[in-house]
Amino acid sequence: MTKVQTRAVKKRFWSKDDTELTVMALPSFIWYVLFCFIPMFGVILAFKDYRISGNFFKSMWDSAWVGINNFKFIFASPDIWMIIRNTLGYNAVFIVLNIVVPVILAIIISQLRSKRMGKIYQTAMFLPYFLSWVVISSLVWAFLSYERGLFNRMITDVGGEAVQWYMKKEFWPGFLVFMNLWKSLGYSMVIYLAAITGLDVSYYEAAVIDGASRLQQARFITVPLLKTVIILMFILAVGRIFYADFGLFYQVPRDSNTLYNQVYVIDVYVYKMLLNSTTGMASAAAALQAVVGCVTILTANWIVRKVDPESAMM
Amino acid sequence: MSAYLKNEPEGIAKFNRIGTVSNVLFNLMFIVLSLTAVLPVVFVFIISVSKESAIQEFGYRLIPREFSWAGYIYLIEQGGVLLRTLANSLVVTVSGTVIGVLLTALIGYALSRQDYKLQKFFSWVVFVPMIFNGGLVAQYVVNTQMLMLKNTVWALILPMCVTSFNVIVTKTFFRLTIPDSLIESAKIDGASQFGIFARIVLPLSLPVLATIGLFLTFAYWNDWWLSMLYIDDPNLYTLQYFLNKLMADITMLSKMAATGNASQLELLAQMPKESARMAVAMVIVIPIACAYPYFQKYFISGLTVGAVKG
Repeated sequence: MTKVQTRAVKKRFWSKDDTELTVMALPSFIWYVLFCFIPMFGVILAFKDYRISGNFFKSMWDSAWVGINNFKFIFASPDIWMIIRNTLGYNAVFIVLNIVVPVILAIIISQLRSKRMGKIYQTAMFLPYFLSWVVISSLVWAFLSYERGLFNRMITDVGGEAVQWYMKKEFWPGFLVFMNLWKSLGYSMVIYLAAITGLDVSYYEAAVIDGASRLQQARFITVPLLKTVIILMFILAVGRIFYADFGLFYQVPRDSNTLYNQVYVIDVYVYKMLLNSTTGMASAAAALQAVVGCVTILTANWIVRKVDPESAMM
Repeated sequence: MSAYLKNEPEGIAKFNRIGTVSNVLFNLMFIVLSLTAVLPVVFVFIISVSKESAIQEFGYRLIPREFSWAGYIYLIEQGGVLLRTLANSLVVTVSGTVIGVLLTALIGYALSRQDYKLQKFFSWVVFVPMIFNGGLVAQYVVNTQMLMLKNTVWALILPMCVTSFNVIVTKTFFRLTIPDSLIESAKIDGASQFGIFARIVLPLSLPVLATIGLFLTFAYWNDWWLSMLYIDDPNLYTLQYFLNKLMADITMLSKMAATGNASQLELLAQMPKESARMAVAMVIVIPIACAYPYFQKYFISGLTVGAVKG
């Protein structure tokens, strides 16, 4: 802070405007300190055996240093590799599907003859984006409940045997992928559609004169022109590959213990640890996620700057 | 491309339309997709208006055997519980949105002034949390042991009222749409920065403030995560968290509605549990479902603005 100030003073003296603007920025600055910057230093919790002994600062100070023991514990458990595999695996599938499907659908919806119908479809498909995972969990329950769920009722109606959906391991990976797409499809389609409607009509006119088919137009004009947007969305998603959507993996499977091999991702793991008051391991896992997440985001941003400097964060 | 979207295109655009058959097929595909998005909500609504005995006997059905508003009537009769959770949700949503928009606009304005001396410093303050955070455990420990937010309504409001994304969107908007000359001339007329902000910047920035307010409103209305972390006290349950609890334990409702005379068991037997539970989900969803079609375009503009670098 002092460095910034001295440099500024060289340029011009501190004015009344600066004071007033500082007063305006101050409440948010305090918010950032309390809710972002102090927790950042809380990362050292991961290297301590945290015990509460009075207020936060005293407990922090009094807790014994344990070096990297917390991390050793995590990596000693076989679960960690399963959790990392799940987090990366699901995210990889989500990233690919969340680009391929919405891009194709956005291209098709822009071709529909009736503009009004296109708008109606868009609005309908946008609905799941506005629902919380808790609400979605209750929607899913209406289908998958063992006793009353629609799926089991339909199965028993035709003489089949009811299925314990919330314990059926092989069902969940695919279903979670479906739910993720279901919730985000409308939203991502809108982003690509906004890019498509912004494209220059003359490209297509020229292509028609050259006798290009509709498929050729999509493949050789629309997709290449969307390339920057697609790459951008891709890299931004890759940057967050170590973060999972907690609600999807915790609320939708209703925290089913049988499924833990299928649904445990880093965020669920940290939450469960925190719940069991194993603060040491939880904070180590959270710190690991924060550091690796930071590295992936910076790398992603570095690549974005190479591809499209305008879109980089810095 | 927009030419294709018109109903009666002309010239090349008309020639370049998709064939009738594929148009029909694509429409059919989108009808299926739209139904997939909307039907689950309709289905849960149907459950909420189905008769309890029919649910017990036939399960959740797309076409209910018997209609009944018993679930809703029960919720209204139990008054206290639903009203309390609804009031909590409204208080959190409204105050969170107001506080959030105010804080975001204030720092966004300071950041948009190029000649402000701490502009660089505050830009970093806003930027750094976008790439690094202390992780869940550190946040939890700070919020509960330093800020003492556990079981207070502030725990549901403060942790998510400011986001760097919103600040940057606001700053970019201020910088792009409010001419420097306007602010300079106001300064020459002797206006303070507060005056300029309140009388010139805010009125000119209603679109972006509305967008951010909308983002925040939906985020607060839909939030259950903060409740799950910080709230044990049933008096502070929001609708989302109430539904969350109700999905885990269907007897929650009768437990929370501890009325005097009837014994718990008797209450439990009488109440339309299944339909009442889905009715709670509907109380959450119906306002959203009615509101979002009108606000959709602000969302889209807000989302696409996000790509603009500040």
